[in-house]
Amino acid sequence: MAAEQAAKRAVKPALARVKALSKQYVQRRAFSRTKFVVDALKNVDLEIQPECLTALVGSSGSGKSTLASCLAMLEKADAGEIWFEREEISHCSARELAWLRPKIQMVFQDSAGALNPLFSAAQIIAEPLEVQGRESGRQVRRRACELMEEVGLSADWADRSALAFSGGQRQRLAIARAIALQPTLLILDESLSGLDLVTQAQILNLLADIRVTHSLTYLLISHDLSLVGQVADHIAVMHRGTIIERGTRQEVFGGAQHEHTRELLASTQTLESAFRTARPGMRP
Amino acid sequence: MQSVPCHASCVDEGVGLLRVRGLSVNYPSRVHSPVLALRQLDLEISAGEAVGILGESGCGKSTLALSILGLLPAGARADGSILFRNEELLRLPEARLRRIRGAKISLIHQEPGLALSPVMRVGEQIAEIIGAHRSLKRKARKQEAESILQEVHLTDTKRIYAAYPHQLSGGELHRVAIAQALACRPDLVIADEPTRSLDVTVQGEILGVLQNLKRKFGTALMFITHNPALLIGFTDRVAVMYAGRVVETGSLSRVFGRPLHPYTRGLLELVPRSLRGGDLTAGTRLPAILGGPPDLHCLSPGCAFEPRCSLRTGICRSECPEELMPETDHRVSCFNHGS
Amino acid sequence: MLCFLFADLAPGSFFDEITLNPQISPETVAALRSHYGLDQPTPVRYVRWVTSVFKGEWGYSFAYNRSVSSLLTVRAGNTLLLTGMATLLVWLIAVPLGIWIADHSDGWVDRLCMRTTSVLLSVPELVVALGLLYLVVRTHVLPAGGMVSLGFDQLGRWSKLSDSMMHLMVPVITLVLSSLPILLRHVRASMVEVLNTPFIHAARGHGVARARLLFYYALPAAANPLISLFGFSVGGLLSGSLLVEVVTGWPGLGPLLLEATMSRDLYVVVGAVMSSTLLMIVGNLLADVMLVAADPRVRMQ
Repeated sequence: MAAEQAAKRAVKPALARVKALSKQYVQRRAFSRTKFVVDALKNVDLEIQPECLTALVGSSGSGKSTLASCLAMLEKADAGEIWFEREEISHCSARELAWLRPKIQMVFQDSAGALNPLFSAAQIIAEPLEVQGRESGRQVRRRACELMEEVGLSADWADRSALAFSGGQRQRLAIARAIALQPTLLILDESLSGLDLVTQAQILNLLADIRVTHSLTYLLISHDLSLVGQVADHIAVMHRGTIIERGTRQEVFGGAQHEHTRELLASTQTLESAFRTARPGMRP
Repeated sequence: MQSVPCHASCVDEGVGLLRVRGLSVNYPSRVHSPVLALRQLDLEISAGEAVGILGESGCGKSTLALSILGLLPAGARADGSILFRNEELLRLPEARLRRIRGAKISLIHQEPGLALSPVMRVGEQIAEIIGAHRSLKRKARKQEAESILQEVHLTDTKRIYAAYPHQLSGGELHRVAIAQALACRPDLVIADEPTRSLDVTVQGEILGVLQNLKRKFGTALMFITHNPALLIGFTDRVAVMYAGRVVETGSLSRVFGRPLHPYTRGLLELVPRSLRGGDLTAGTRLPAILGGPPDLHCLSPGCAFEPRCSLRTGICRSECPEELMPETDHRVSCFNHGS
Repeated sequence: MLCFLFADLAPGSFFDEITLNPQISPETVAALRSHYGLDQPTPVRYVRWVTSVFKGEWGYSFAYNRSVSSLLTVRAGNTLLLTGMATLLVWLIAVPLGIWIADHSDGWVDRLCMRTTSVLLSVPELVVALGLLYLVVRTHVLPAGGMVSLGFDQLGRWSKLSDSMMHLMVPVITLVLSSLPILLRHVRASMVEVLNTPFIHAARGHGVARARLLFYYALPAAANPLISLFGFSVGGLLSGSLLVEVVTGWPGLGPLLLEATMSRDLYVVVGAVMSSTLLMIVGNLLADVMLVAADPRVRMQ
């Protein structure tokens, strides 16, 4: 059954693709001429299949967030091609990209920083709708409340400030805002880091639910392999700006090629295998 | 270079170090009813023992840590008893408390990047703590600080000593925080989510460092976390907290081997299982505990977990369960435990 | 250059007043004007003035009949004495007091200081000066203006010093009362902000003593805005006291500038403005350098 589904998906063309993407950051010290050049991305190739969850795994500094920003056209890459729905977008101007913006949305880590504390919950969700300017004020408000209910927040809290929500609830708000424009691709940049296990599981379940109802494709960025192992269809492992390993979940966890991947797996395994030995009653 | 006499080894292993009885902390509020952060909490830690405090955000773990150190914000009210080596911490004057903080009981913060001054060199911040509790000359303080940096496996001590926090990586900052906490060889270290926001590989390293030092100095450890997996092979006992109370406690093997409280069971279900493909297909839902932590302004007289509990019965809403001991070294507060 | 242009653009010239006097013939005026070079076009005059600056003379004062620089050195010196003393006093009071009330924020001292500074902030400098002068005239406690008493040169060394000090009192107190409230509030605000940060709580949690926390941990972290303010203080040393000097009769740069502007003594005006501007630039530069030295984060940017 799973194989059939996988075969079906493989027939569809990739939703998004980057080819030979490169980006450098240059830093200068005060009062000095020395430059620090950081290769954030080096010749990266990646495909994102539609209606799948692709995970981008790596330690901090591996370039995963940079890749996501470039893909969402929030930053400009130095070289390479970016394809989205069969259009090459890396050289488009801001106006040409207007059609693209609603289709790719991002949810960041620690929404306390990403959400405006002066706005109420409803205003935060309504903001992208208002920017697009398609609907009237009342319709926008109604849609915001609907979205709140959909992500598991009570519409009674529509006028509460963003600060009044807990970490997990803020992430739900951020997700509601992200799906307001009915995107095709949702990029989750470490959105689950910093949440405790219970909240993480709840958010993952929420994401699983709306994936079906909204036909979403996910790009999940995380440093947590065990989290990724529970939900990902495809995994790409990044290390120092390049993708060192890619494949389906089974392929990557079954037999990792690169040494760094094996290191990552090993650290996760130790916790998990230790856990399993401590609880013999659990299912393997 | 003289080594510091190890305080903890002067106290016999197994002797009670910290005894918390009936600790209740509330934050009065002008607008709402007071927030009950801790309610009648009991806890015991023996010398050299490692105890895990397990619970999600908002259950009062940090308030517990702050209460022990006497660092509750002004306005908070604490009742009950916290005995540390037979001294009642809740009633000590500030001067005496200051001598205990950092020297006998110290705290490793969740986010060490924020817990360090951005305009002071990291090594000096360690030396300051040493200087606050021992009268040593400046050079001796510096040497002590460098030696503790080596203990946490920061081998490039000269560079780290002279570095500012923004120049160090996450892993290095966590090690510096551990170094600060252990600089004066305290009897008890409270580690508040010591591996939060760290990558998996670094997490393992930090836990390793903590474990080594605990063994070397014989320090007791209170390990606060929301992830049960981190406690395996690390702590001897565990106390599961929910809404300001300990709902299950005992030796790690017993509590994790046979969890009795539905909340503990729910938490343990969430720890990711095998990574090898096949058994957990993408798209299935995780066994999450529904709902969120209770509103601490208005807790019902009954069990606080009742609204989210799959085993709840009528009595759970009206009465608070007493603590029972179904087997040795395993206590639980639940009417329907083990069902 | 802008300064020169603006001063030059002002209508009238130094000799306009003389033309009102019927006894002086227009030819005399014309001769005087050409003697002083005032009949030359502006660019020529500008070049001549710049050369004069490089020679160290900074132009020529028509009223005083000397080079501008000789005038300026004396007057600017007086001003610097006044403002230097006032600035020193303000900082010496504001910083420790600000730290103390930040440590006891919401206590009665804090509330008292906040209310007093609010009142002082709303009182204009002129009113403070006049009020003080009134008090002093009534009570004869201090001399009511000027810099030296009559017969100053006959006084012995210590008497000279004490006489100068007495004369300094009124203008200094005025300046202090005008600038203390703002600085005090800034110090307090900056310290309170730092005292609420996690790293101060963490240091307290490690058992660091309160005094050490305040001066060794909190103050350096709170210093950034204060260093910038210090730069402004230095920059304003020549220009900040104009009003006070004029009102209290202190013979500094202020009255000179006023006089020169009124009588169109062109080069004096330009010279005075330029010197204040120079000092302001130096002050800001000083602040920037100090910031880099004090805050490691700035160095990294």
